[in-house]
Amino acid sequence: MPRDLIRIVLPLVLASGLALAADQRRSGFEFMSSSTQQMQQEDALNPGMLWVAEGEALWNEAPAGAQSCAGCHGDAPAGMRGVAARYPAFDEHRKKPVDLQQRINSCRETRQQQPAFAAESRALLGLSSYIGLQSRGLPVAPPDDPRLQPARLRGAALFNAPMGQLNFSCAQCHTDNPGRRLAGSPIPQAHPTGYPIYRLEWQAMGSLQRRLRNCMTGVRAEPYPYGADEMVELELYLNTRAASMPVETPGVRP
Amino acid sequence: MVRALINCPKTAKKGEVIEIKTLISHVMETGYRADSVGKVVPRDILRRFTCRYAGEQVFSADLYPAIAANPFISFTTVATASGTLSFTWDGDNGFTQTETVAIIVT
Repeated sequence: MPRDLIRIVLPLVLASGLALAADQRRSGFEFMSSSTQQMQQEDALNPGMLWVAEGEALWNEAPAGAQSCAGCHGDAPAGMRGVAARYPAFDEHRKKPVDLQQRINSCRETRQQQPAFAAESRALLGLSSYIGLQSRGLPVAPPDDPRLQPARLRGAALFNAPMGQLNFSCAQCHTDNPGRRLAGSPIPQAHPTGYPIYRLEWQAMGSLQRRLRNCMTGVRAEPYPYGADEMVELELYLNTRAASMPVETPGVRP
Repeated sequence: MVRALINCPKTAKKGEVIEIKTLISHVMETGYRADSVGKVVPRDILRRFTCRYAGEQVFSADLYPAIAANPFISFTTVATASGTLSFTWDGDNGFTQTETVAIIVT
């Protein structure tokens, strides 16, 4: 009898152990109310699609005396598929990782000979959400490039380092306490799968860097400026943490 | 640049109730907020939305400062005949934008 019991129970225990070892990562999407989830899932409801439309127009529009994005890269749905899922990636010229927005701007400056788009401008958010949309549903795929490793480690150190007057690290909320509440709002696990996001609090689209700066201000730390190496290193680490989770761009968050 | 997105069936059967969803990019600045130096940001909102079906008004709405940015408006109408649906948003500072969508009714 006990042997029979073991025969039945043991596989169950093993199976539940495996289930525990399985992916415990949850997108911020799963922490939202069903109405906000619906807003993201239905394109007709998703205000992020307004920025996508802006990006699509810019993609096909040639600046004076230069090629349009489409002139080199072709149609975005084909040519840009899976691209956003790979960023931040190593940049050969700058010899450091760059995120998608920096990549767009360097293309704009060197290939199109145009002034770079300002951080958080409609144009830059539009293009990055349009390019991001082409990876929707694909797994986040941080490049397996050894040159990224030092930056990735610096990003991990930043994530775990206490900062600001409140002396909190990112990890203290997002690794140790996800699912619990901070001032009434659920703490997500900080997987940047939906960026740029339409954040209801902002009433607008914003980049991952804007979100990171929000959190830094929240712990009363001086936020890194837009485009700072530290920001890109954090983005790189977060994307590595979120590897293989599906891209949701354009995400909606409360 | 202002953009509007309209989601409306391209074809419908005569007498069918069709659902139309619209989204427009607009700041909907309330007029009650102050900027970083304490100066009140002037109001800039959409005030009225109208939908005309073959020239006839089938839906309209008044909008107020408490309505969020990038307003989403959804409504239904009865498909009567093939033609165009036009959507007009009017707002502060002489803002006006019209979009049209064609529908085929069989």
